[in-house]
This record gives sequence, C-alpha cells and structure tokens, in this order.
Amino acid sequence: MNFVPLTADDRKVMLRKIGAASFEALLEGIPRAIPRADLKIPPGLSEPELLRLNADLAAENVNTRSHLCFLGAGAYDHFIPAVVRYITSRGEFLTAYTPYQPEASQGTLQAMYEFQSLLCDVTGMEAANASLYEGASALAEACGVALRETGRGKLLVAGGLHPEYRQTLATYLKQAPVKIEALPVKDGIIDLAAAQKQVDSQTAAVVVQIPNAFGCLEPAEGLSELAHQRGALFIASINPISLGILKSPGSYGADIVVGEGQPLGTDLQYGGPYLGLFACRRGLIRKIPGRIVGMTRDAHGRRGFVLTLQTREQHIRRAKATSNICTNEAMMALAAAVYLVSLGKEGFREVAAQNLLKAHYGFDRMVRIPGVRPLFKAPFFNEFALEMPVDPELLNQRLLKEGFLGGFPLKRWDPALAKGWLVCITEARSKEEIDRFVAAVRSAL
Amino acid sequence: MRDEVAVTKEPLLPTPSTPHSPGRLLEPLLSDLHRPGRRAFNLPTLDVPSVPLERMIPPPMLRKDPAPLPEVSERDLVKHFMRLAHLNFSGETNFYPLGSCTMKYNPKVNEEIASVAGFSKVHPYTPEENIQGMLRLLAELEQLFKEILGMDAVTLQPAAGAHGELTALLVAKAYHEKKGRPRHKVVVPDSAHGTNPASAALCGFDVVEVVSTARGRASLSALKSVVDEDVAVFMMTNPNTLGLFEGEVLEIAKLVHEKGGLMYLDGANLNALLGLYRPGDIGFDMVHVNIHKTFSIPHGSGGPGGGPVGVRAQLKPFLPGPIVVEQKGIFRLASPGPDSIGRVRSFFGNTGALVRAYAYIKALGKEGLRGVSEGAILNANYLKALLKGHYPIPVDEPCMHEFVASAKELKSRHGIKAMDIAKRLLDYGFYAPTICFPLIVEEALMIEPTETESREVLEAFADALIAIAQEAKANPGKVQGAPHRMPVTRLDEVTAAREPNLRWR
Amino acid sequence: MTELNQLRFSKTHEWLRLDAKTGTVGITEHAQEEISDVVFVELPKVGRAVRQGEEVAVVESVKAAFSIYSPVSGTISKVNDGLVKDPGAINRSPYEEGWIFLLDGVDGKDLINLLTREQYDQWVKGEEKH
Repeated sequence: MNFVPLTADDRKVMLRKIGAASFEALLEGIPRAIPRADLKIPPGLSEPELLRLNADLAAENVNTRSHLCFLGAGAYDHFIPAVVRYITSRGEFLTAYTPYQPEASQGTLQAMYEFQSLLCDVTGMEAANASLYEGASALAEACGVALRETGRGKLLVAGGLHPEYRQTLATYLKQAPVKIEALPVKDGIIDLAAAQKQVDSQTAAVVVQIPNAFGCLEPAEGLSELAHQRGALFIASINPISLGILKSPGSYGADIVVGEGQPLGTDLQYGGPYLGLFACRRGLIRKIPGRIVGMTRDAHGRRGFVLTLQTREQHIRRAKATSNICTNEAMMALAAAVYLVSLGKEGFREVAAQNLLKAHYGFDRMVRIPGVRPLFKAPFFNEFALEMPVDPELLNQRLLKEGFLGGFPLKRWDPALAKGWLVCITEARSKEEIDRFVAAVRSAL
Repeated sequence: MRDEVAVTKEPLLPTPSTPHSPGRLLEPLLSDLHRPGRRAFNLPTLDVPSVPLERMIPPPMLRKDPAPLPEVSERDLVKHFMRLAHLNFSGETNFYPLGSCTMKYNPKVNEEIASVAGFSKVHPYTPEENIQGMLRLLAELEQLFKEILGMDAVTLQPAAGAHGELTALLVAKAYHEKKGRPRHKVVVPDSAHGTNPASAALCGFDVVEVVSTARGRASLSALKSVVDEDVAVFMMTNPNTLGLFEGEVLEIAKLVHEKGGLMYLDGANLNALLGLYRPGDIGFDMVHVNIHKTFSIPHGSGGPGGGPVGVRAQLKPFLPGPIVVEQKGIFRLASPGPDSIGRVRSFFGNTGALVRAYAYIKALGKEGLRGVSEGAILNANYLKALLKGHYPIPVDEPCMHEFVASAKELKSRHGIKAMDIAKRLLDYGFYAPTICFPLIVEEALMIEPTETESREVLEAFADALIAIAQEAKANPGKVQGAPHRMPVTRLDEVTAAREPNLRWR
Repeated sequence: MTELNQLRFSKTHEWLRLDAKTGTVGITEHAQEEISDVVFVELPKVGRAVRQGEEVAVVESVKAAFSIYSPVSGTISKVNDGLVKDPGAINRSPYEEGWIFLLDGVDGKDLINLLTREQYDQWVKGEEKH
C-alpha cells in the first residue's frame, strides 16, 4: 500500500518543469560515498492483510474487554462516554497541527482554553497549561519549576510516590545539583512529625502524590502547611477522578498540581499516550513549561484565542527556555475536556463517589477471606493494598484463567512487600462483578 | 503558461466558517452553556450499599462543594465541539505545508487498528505472558526502526521528538562519563530547531552555536574551530531546516569522531531520507524519530506524538528501560543494565501511537518507504520550480523534502512580510508554511508539501502564492490586513501576553 | 525631559544615568523600537550585586525575549515595579517612565567602557548596515 498520488505522467511533467532529467538528478548533490539504503524489510501489505496481521497480534493480548480489570497502580479502567471517542476522532482536531495560525485554529484553541479552565475548576488552581506528556514527566517538570523559582537545591519527595515517577524524576534531574530526599512512609503514608524535621530552608519543594502509589491518602493539608512555613513550594500529584470528592489542592495552598490525566477519558493503550496535567498558582505562569492558550480580541473586537506567553518556549528562548517540550498530548486534553463536561458537576462527584464506595465494598468483602489482611490503615480512594496468603503473581495467573485481571503485585516495587497486592475497583465494576472477583480470589487461595 | 497566471480577484475557496459580524461570538464557552441539572452521560445506578463518605474518608479531606463543572446535555456538547471543529483548518481538510512538520495524510486504517481492544484496552501492568502480541509488535517495531535508521539499538519510550532529544543527550552524557571523560559542550548550527539548544541546556550542557555557510549548510571550517575534546555531541538536522542535504556530513562526522564526540541526527526531517539513506550510513551515532511526522501518526492539534531513539552499539547500555527481550520465543520486559539513564516517563511509552507507526511501516514495506521520500523530494522540487521567479529562493539548489522561500523583497518594496503572506494564504484556503524560521533566512517561508499531496494541489497552492505576490504590489493593504475570510481577524497577542486570561473564572 | 547627552550607552543598547554613585538603567529608544510591544519585564532582585556586562533582566515582546545587561558594576538598589503592571512604559517612555533598575555603588571608572550619545548613534548606524 502507499499513499503517494503521483502518477507516471505527473512525475514526467513535474521533472520537466523542475528541469531534471530524472529523479536521480535531484540527488546529485549528495556525496556518492554515502551508500543507498537497501532495507531488509518485506514488501508492503494491502489493507485487508494489514488488518489480519494486527488482529492476530491484538488477539493475543489480555485486555479490559476480555477480562474484568481490578488492576490500577497508575493507569485506570474507567467508563469512557462514546462522545469522547467521537469528538477526538474528528479529523478537524485530530489532523491539525499545533495552532500556530490562530485565525485558522480557533476550534483547537478554544477547546484547549476550556480544558485549562476545567482543570482549574477541578484542582482549584488559578492557571493550567494545555498538557504535558504524562504524569511522571509532568511531576519532573514541576520540580524543575520549584528549583528555579526558589533557587534552592533540595527536593523532599514522598516515599509513597509511584516508583516510576521517582525514577523519571531522578533521570530528569540527574545533571542538576539537586538533592532528592525521601519522606519516609509509616503505615502507608508520610509521617508528619518526621517530615517536619526534614523540611528546611534549603527545601525547594515538598512533593506528594494523592492518593499515593499504595492507594493511601496522604495528609496533604498538613504537608502543604509544612512546606510553606519554610518557604518551599508544595507540589501535589493527583488522580483527577479523586477530586470529585476530595478537597482540591488549591484549597489547601498547593503551588503546583500535576497528575496523570488518563482516567479522564483516555484508553489504557498499554501505557500511552496519556495526559500530563499541569496547573499552578498565577504567580508562576511565566515560569512553567508547555503551551498555554489565552483569550484575547481581534481587530474588530471579536473574542478569540491564541497561544500565549510563548517567550517561555524553546522556539523563542532556545537554550534559556523553561523546558524543551513542544509536542504535547492535545488530543488527550480534548478527551479530558469532553469527559469532564459529559459528567458535569453532579456526574463528576458521582463517579468519584462510586469509585470510593465500590472500592470500599470490595475491600470489606476481601478482608473477610481468611488469610487476607489490609497492609495499611490509612484511608484510601479506589485502590487498596492487601497482604495475601499466597504469591500475588501466582494468584493473578489463576485469576486470569477465570477471566479476571488481578491486582498489582507490590513486590515488583518493593521486595519487602512480597505478599502485597494492590487492588483497584473503579465505577466500571458492578457489584456482581466484584462479588464474583472476591469469590474467585477465595477459591484460588 | 502557468507562470503567467495573474490572479488578483477574490479567492473563491471554501473557508471553515463564514465571517461573523463584529461582537458576535463564534461559539459560546462551555461555561456559558451550563444549565444546572443537565447531564451528557449517566453512570449505572450505584449497586453497592451507599455509605456516607465521611465513614470512609476523614471529613477534613472531603470537598464541601462539588467541582464547579459545567452541566450540558449530550446534544449540546456535541454541537459545541462540532462547531469548534468547523473553525479549524486541518490536514484532512486543507493543504498544510508547514515546513519541518511533515503534515502528511494519516491513513484511516491505522486508527481502526489502534482502536481494537487488544491494543487500546491493554493495561500497562498486564503480565507479560498475557500480552505476547503487543510485545511482539513492539519488538518487531524496534527491529524495523533499527533497519530504517541503520542503528544497533532503539528505545521506544520517549513521548515526542523533544523527549527523544532529551533522552539521547542524557545517553550521550552518561556515555562520556562512563568513559571517564565528562564533556560539557553541545554544538548546534544556527539553523537548528529551538528544541536542540533547549534540550542540551536541560541536560546541563553548554550550547555552542555555529554559523552556517552562505549555501545554508553547516560550515566545516567554522566547526573546526569549535569542535574540541569538550564537545559531547554535535546535533545536526539533515536535510537541514532549509531542506538542503548537508554535503559535508561525512567530513563533519570524521572531525567530531576524531575528537571523541558523538553525532546526533534530529530526525524532524527524516521524511526526506526514508528508504533512500540511513542515518547510520551517514556518520550518525544517535537519531530520534518523530513518528507523528515521518510515520503518519496524526498530530492531534499538538499531540500526542512519539519519539523513538536509535543509537549505535556503544550507546546501547545507556538507553532507558524497560526494554523488550525475547527468551525462548517468549517476549518479556527487562530492566536495562546498570549504565542505563533510567526511565524518562512512566510505563512503556506512547504505545497507542507506536501501533499506528507499526501499521504504517508494514503497509508501505521496502518500496513504499522509499516511495515516501521520493514523492516528498519530487513534490518539494516541483513546488519550488513553480514559485521560482515569483519568490526569491535564498539557496536555489535541488532541495530535499522542503525548501525555504523569502519575502524579503516583498517586504522592502511593498512592506509585505512573511507573516502577511501566511495570513493571506488562509483566505485562499491553505494553511500557512512555517514562517520566520529558520532564523538565518530573512522573512522565511518554509514550505514542506509532503509526498501525499497531488500535483493539482501543489499547482493551486503555487497559484495562490503568486496571486498574493501580485496583490502585494497592487493592493498591499489587502495583504497586510489579511485574513479577511477567517472566523476572526488577527488577534491581539500583545494584550494576551500582558494581561493573560487563561481560564473562564 | 532627559538630556540624552548626559547619558552613557552600551553596545547592547542599555542607557545609564549616573547621579553621584547611583546609576539608573533602561533600554534605548532604538532598542524599544526593535523589540516592539513589550509585554513583560523580568526584574532583578533588589540587593543583588552585579558586574558590568552581566545579564540582569529580561524584556519580552510577544515573539522574542531580550537580555538586559548591566552597563556598569554595582548593587541593585531599586527596581521599577511599575513595569509589572505597565510594561508598555518602556515603549512609551524609554528614558523616563520606562527605567528598569537603579544601581548603587557605581564606580565612575566603569564609564570608560560605555559610549557617548554620538558614539552610540554611530554604533547603531553601523549595526543597521549589517
């Protein structure tokens, strides 16, 4: 298959106009010492062949349609309203470039402005950008802002931060003169009293994930206060769905809110593309990474939207830019906007409440199974850690045969948690499915 | 003859929306559509016992009021976003000759493939033995990229081109440190994309810019004076941002390699080389790929993309992980070795985008891949020939997949800038070229037609540009005041930046 | 009105007015024209010691950011907070309302490296030819 429309006749006419005897003549300036490619790649496939090949590959993959998903750990199985896919598959959005010509891109620009506004509404923050790659790199970018803003050199990072976020942060800051210290975890969450001793005048930011990697809710408000007492920023990495019922980070003074936006209408897709959320207080808007859309007027006074504060960005500030990001995840941001408005004020509260209620229902049933114990006592949202009487990897294999995608074996993150099993229950699971899952676990033990 | 076309009449081409009268809103904000009590999506009725939330969560952690999201019906929601959609130009609806952005056609079959549950609904922590199809695809895609790039190893993890640059530069840094000789300089030509110096600075390198030659190429002699043993990497775009092949690339590579430095290819312009030349055969040690450019992933109004990075064998140990490995016919994810730079993001990568790139490469095959670059080169040269005599081409030599014209003369004679031409093109129903870049060409118009446009489209676009050049002489005010047929006229970017309004509340 | 003949200029387009040991710094008429509409000024911190030629502030337009270098050594004693609300003052009145910062402890010897008005005008003419 190919997508080149040029016919033999076209090529002849075009070469004549160019004044080249052949296509090869156009390559004459390229040194002959450079060999021509002779790719060891098989001939192309027709559309039916391509569909068959990919259908075969796809058929080998356990997914949330083939199995009931009780797995989360940073990526979540939620209902996605049909309008989300419809809108995000429209070519007018999907096949446009970054809106560099605002007059011909008002659709994208207004949608991104609305996304920013909705994210502010959810997080309680004053400003947001039009997205970053995903949750972990968004957190790393936020830490970069804190280091530049404060001129300090120490980051205090929650011990319960998702390990892949911690690893990403370490990679991003490898070259910077920064000390990254962990805030120790006690019973699943940060110990406020211990944290108090660690925050000092060299601390650029206190970085917390809510809920954390174990599903537990951190004492965010106290940590925010602690950070601000010492002039440090408070950075919260959130699960946006939880903000349907949890206090917004803006309400307890967060300086930057980041998070994985995948739960807001983006498919699991084996890890990406997801959505890096980034919101902040107004005082930071000229220091943050990523594209930002602003409202303005045209020459006739009509309302319109433009990319703004562009002097922060790499194409203008080059080596002095706040970040190197240019391509972002605009389609996932659009999905999030459509998702949030599909639910609306009441629906968004309800989806969060259903996550909470169903997870607690499942938790209560699960801990009644002999040998199953909760790992922590801290409050949780839609995910909880259990200690199982068997190796969770083994348990998962048994459950897969019964049609369930089981929880996350915590030993993959911490060998000390050999029997730890992180179970996620979202609104997408019915009571009947939860009951069946609990029964399957009981009989698999 | 085509060249004699002298159109100054109003274009009669479709525009995305009819102009509105001053003061009228094109489309209200979602917040204006809010009517309490409306819903566009209903959850199943709660089927587990309802318990007061305070019994599960300490009350101080709970919101008092729900987040103030707009409430709209599904019908109003769809109408709103469809009306917004109609305000956009897009690759699908308009010619989009944005230089260095490779706005080629995005095959629809790829969307269908990527939306199959076996790809789209796979959890990133599904046990490896239960996602063998996914891992086989990713392993094969790595092989395909290695072959296309002439590299020894590939990471699929980076989420975009700039993310790939960051990854590669961190790899280079780790490589030099491991050799016991940390290096602190990265050299870029003055024609480079802004991401190059930004990525280098982000990795803690000092950025050294070198001037290009009069022929728009990296200057070997200028390089000789800056390339020393402190240079970690020379970052090059080839063909460069003027669409010109860097003829001295082999000598440059020799120079950089003799000093122990690494050659990096910014793959933004890989569409010109696809199937014709391999970066590994041109002296490069590392290269990033923009799958949303060369490999037909739709650009999505800004993203998502994907930025796989290919490297030579000596750099492989430093790549991020996890990596896909095959053991006895079973594909697994493995941690990279101790020298790895670590992760650059969570989870495997932008897999949904990678699935589309895989489908694209499999559809094209060897011949089809070469057809891409041949078509892209032919189209760019043809369009350049059509414009010759109407717009100065600062470096008029056979180009690769794109070329740069200049509005310098129109500016000095008639006060018409590249920006004005860009805006007027919108009136003619064409998206604008990249303007005012590369920085080394005054009033630059950087034009990349891509291989998927037909001859007729190129001719119509050339006609429009020629017509605008005529208008510039006959009626410059018309061009300076453009666009006239878009939903809005030029927007006040100064006020937008002075008093930022970034949300509706 | 500022008497331009009393000012000293740098090749990077800053002006300096020296009053005993206190210097006032801004950008020239020519520079504000080149920059066009200023949308934001990143001001230095008061109390910071700067050296001649050191980058101390950034003036931004919509499409570009320009570094402002201190024409002489000294300590930043005051910054023009008015520019935060009204950055356009730099365009309207580069030598009066649009001043950017004050420097204390300026050594008159530093002036040797600066240009007089005539020399600066010549320098600008020379730059334009390129």
